[in-house]
Amino acid sequence: MFLASLALASVTVFAFMSVLPGDPARVALGVTADPESVAQLQARFGTDRPLAVQYLDWVSGLPTGDFGRSYVTEATIGPQIVDRLLVTLWLVATASVLALLVAVPAGVVAAVRHRRPSGAFLSGMSQVGIAIPSFLAGMLLIALFAVHWGLLPAGGWTPPAQDPARFVRLLILPALSLGVVQAAVLTRYVRSAILDVLREDYLRTARAKGMGPYRALIRHGLRNAAIPVVTVLGLQLATLLIGAVVVERVFVIPGLGSLLLDGVANRDLLLVQGVVMVLVVAVLLVNYLVDVAYVVIDPRLRRAR
Amino acid sequence: MARPFSRLTAMGIALLWMTAACGAGQTAEPGAGGDDDGGGDGGDGGEATSLAVGFAAEPANLDFTQTDGAAIPEALLVNVYEGLVKIDQDGEIQPLLAESVEVSDDRTTYDFMLREDVTFTNGEPFTAEDVKFSIERVQSDEWTISLKQAMDVVDSVEVISEDHARVTLGEPSNRWLFQMTTRIGAMFSREGVDDLANEPIGTGPYLLDDWVRGDRLVLERNPDYWGDAPAVQTVTLRYFDDPTALNNALLSGGIDVIGTVQAPEALEQFSDEDTYQIIEGTTNGEVVLSFNNSRAPLDDRLVRQAIKHAIDHEAVLETAWAGRGMLIGSMVPPHDPWYEDLTDVYPYDPDRAQQLLDEAGATDVELAFRIPNLPYAVSAAQVVQSQLEEVGITADIDVLEFPAVWLEEVFTNADYDMSIISHVEPRDMNTFGDPDYYWRYDNEEVQRLLDEADSADEATRDENMRAVARIIAEDAAADWLFLLPNLIAAKTSVDGLPQNRVGEAFDLTTLSVSAASG
Repeated sequence: MFLASLALASVTVFAFMSVLPGDPARVALGVTADPESVAQLQARFGTDRPLAVQYLDWVSGLPTGDFGRSYVTEATIGPQIVDRLLVTLWLVATASVLALLVAVPAGVVAAVRHRRPSGAFLSGMSQVGIAIPSFLAGMLLIALFAVHWGLLPAGGWTPPAQDPARFVRLLILPALSLGVVQAAVLTRYVRSAILDVLREDYLRTARAKGMGPYRALIRHGLRNAAIPVVTVLGLQLATLLIGAVVVERVFVIPGLGSLLLDGVANRDLLLVQGVVMVLVVAVLLVNYLVDVAYVVIDPRLRRAR
Repeated sequence: MARPFSRLTAMGIALLWMTAACGAGQTAEPGAGGDDDGGGDGGDGGEATSLAVGFAAEPANLDFTQTDGAAIPEALLVNVYEGLVKIDQDGEIQPLLAESVEVSDDRTTYDFMLREDVTFTNGEPFTAEDVKFSIERVQSDEWTISLKQAMDVVDSVEVISEDHARVTLGEPSNRWLFQMTTRIGAMFSREGVDDLANEPIGTGPYLLDDWVRGDRLVLERNPDYWGDAPAVQTVTLRYFDDPTALNNALLSGGIDVIGTVQAPEALEQFSDEDTYQIIEGTTNGEVVLSFNNSRAPLDDRLVRQAIKHAIDHEAVLETAWAGRGMLIGSMVPPHDPWYEDLTDVYPYDPDRAQQLLDEAGATDVELAFRIPNLPYAVSAAQVVQSQLEEVGITADIDVLEFPAVWLEEVFTNADYDMSIISHVEPRDMNTFGDPDYYWRYDNEEVQRLLDEADSADEATRDENMRAVARIIAEDAAADWLFLLPNLIAAKTSVDGLPQNRVGEAFDLTTLSVSAASG
């Protein structure tokens, strides 16, 4: 399954990149290009060969992690992707943790108090949060915290090993802007999952035995509510990676997103193909982890297998 | 250029305390600037000064021999790479690695006497052999960018002695020595060209310390530089794809200078004169409304002239670049020796435009207006479109992805009627002498004048170039919307910023930071 998905992805990605208008050699040479040097550069890139040959050449390197060389930087692509992926992972992981920390309590409270003003308020806030795109959240946070109050830097990146304090200061705003939207989306799902659970007979029984609403929920409800939430979380991780592309641009972070966008703009085809393949693998991996999580959460699934 | 100061006062007051808060944040917290982390512990000692300059487009790589694009020479020329000669603020050619240049009477032999104490940053001495190597390398297949054609005129390079190189041209050429001030004149070490995309090795006052792709280039003072050491120890060039992020970085102290302002409409943010300075000068960036001169309907001179009369250039400049920049009437910026004000050749006159269209018998003119997706082009195109509509010309705007798609469709295949792009190469009027260039302008007189100008003496050259500028303007070979300004916003503590951008480089050697800065 895994391999079939990858093979299909590689064909699709390659096909898309080859029908994309614009020639890497022409882009490199700009508004002063003449046909001779374009042909010369095409020969060097290997883009003058038949597409099938180019595809086989590219795909045969993938299993060993050889993504080829970038047209633009002339460096091997693998290490570049790893560098950038680490940056994006920090961002996505921090944002996800933030989102969970906010969404689970907020969703539970919104569900349990759904008939009261405080629950309705939380519910309303999450609607607002969903409506705010993360890049807008980023721009607002910059305007307030960086430009207006001068508390945090407006953007940039420092690896954690180089300067941990600065790393954290730089990570706060982008992780927040990415996390806020995620938290809002997750809150909705947590709320509706909990609401469903609250209507279940076993919870009514627990309450009838004299358990308080939160205690009953924590003992009997959370685990049951977790399945749909984990599903959404898995799906959201994929969108988080995409959302990171935009947020990286706003905060000038050299992550996978900016690598991808620059790659497309420069028609650095091999690089773009490499990044997309890595993203595909990441998404497949997350789906796999979600499946594993189901089994951990729900013992019935374990027996079914 | 006067700016309207209406709403500004309120904004200014609001910004005053905002920026004051900003500044306070910085002094309370050393290193909050974000510019000094690349250069180690900058900012403490008097000597170890650092500066961060923000730009829009990051170089795709560091090799300008094979990759075009203004960002590479902008960062590296003059600062890391040096040529035999360089261009000064007045557009005059000055010796750099050559101590002197002697030109023979027939103007085909150039004797360069070289400085003796120059070394490359890889430790190799700079000699006449490197001059020969560098020039011949431009002529070889190692260079692929088309600017290399400027070196075709060179017949031979001789090493007379270690500090004396003689270049012989096939015929006299005024352009050649000027072109030697651009990237094609950069001097390379024979041992230092293995990985130009990542490791530039030059003789300049700065050397590359670090390159974080997608973020910054860090330049460190070259300890073995032959000339006067530049005032700033560490210069970080930071790159921002987003104009707002670039502005925010200056507002929040992440950078000290915006090298080229990308959002002039937001300059009001920097109107507090105690904190910020704004520099407005000229560049080589002519924003051209290009015509496809060989395809109907724009193969008809009357229609092209009508378009020029129909456009209110002041309004275009106001919308596209917030009124910053200047109007030009032809392909010549004011710092070129043959500049002449030609803005009055086609005054804004819709009635006259209508007349010309009637005269041409052109009704229902419809144009494929295919523009790149660059901010200035998109906003200028909308103004042009509505002004043309008033004289009955329909311009169908088709926004193409830049660079890839625009280069393919418009520049290479000339599948367009009208477009907008800024042409930033210095002294690039010669493109009107090439009938295959995307304006597809074929005028024998222009071609002859340009040819003659190159081999003639300077006075004749200037005369011919002036004539060409006038002919292409009167013949409506293109329309010139405006000249992009050299627009810099910086903290007031930064001195020595260039008033005009005459060459390809952003010269860092003149910069310094006054004591008032943090």
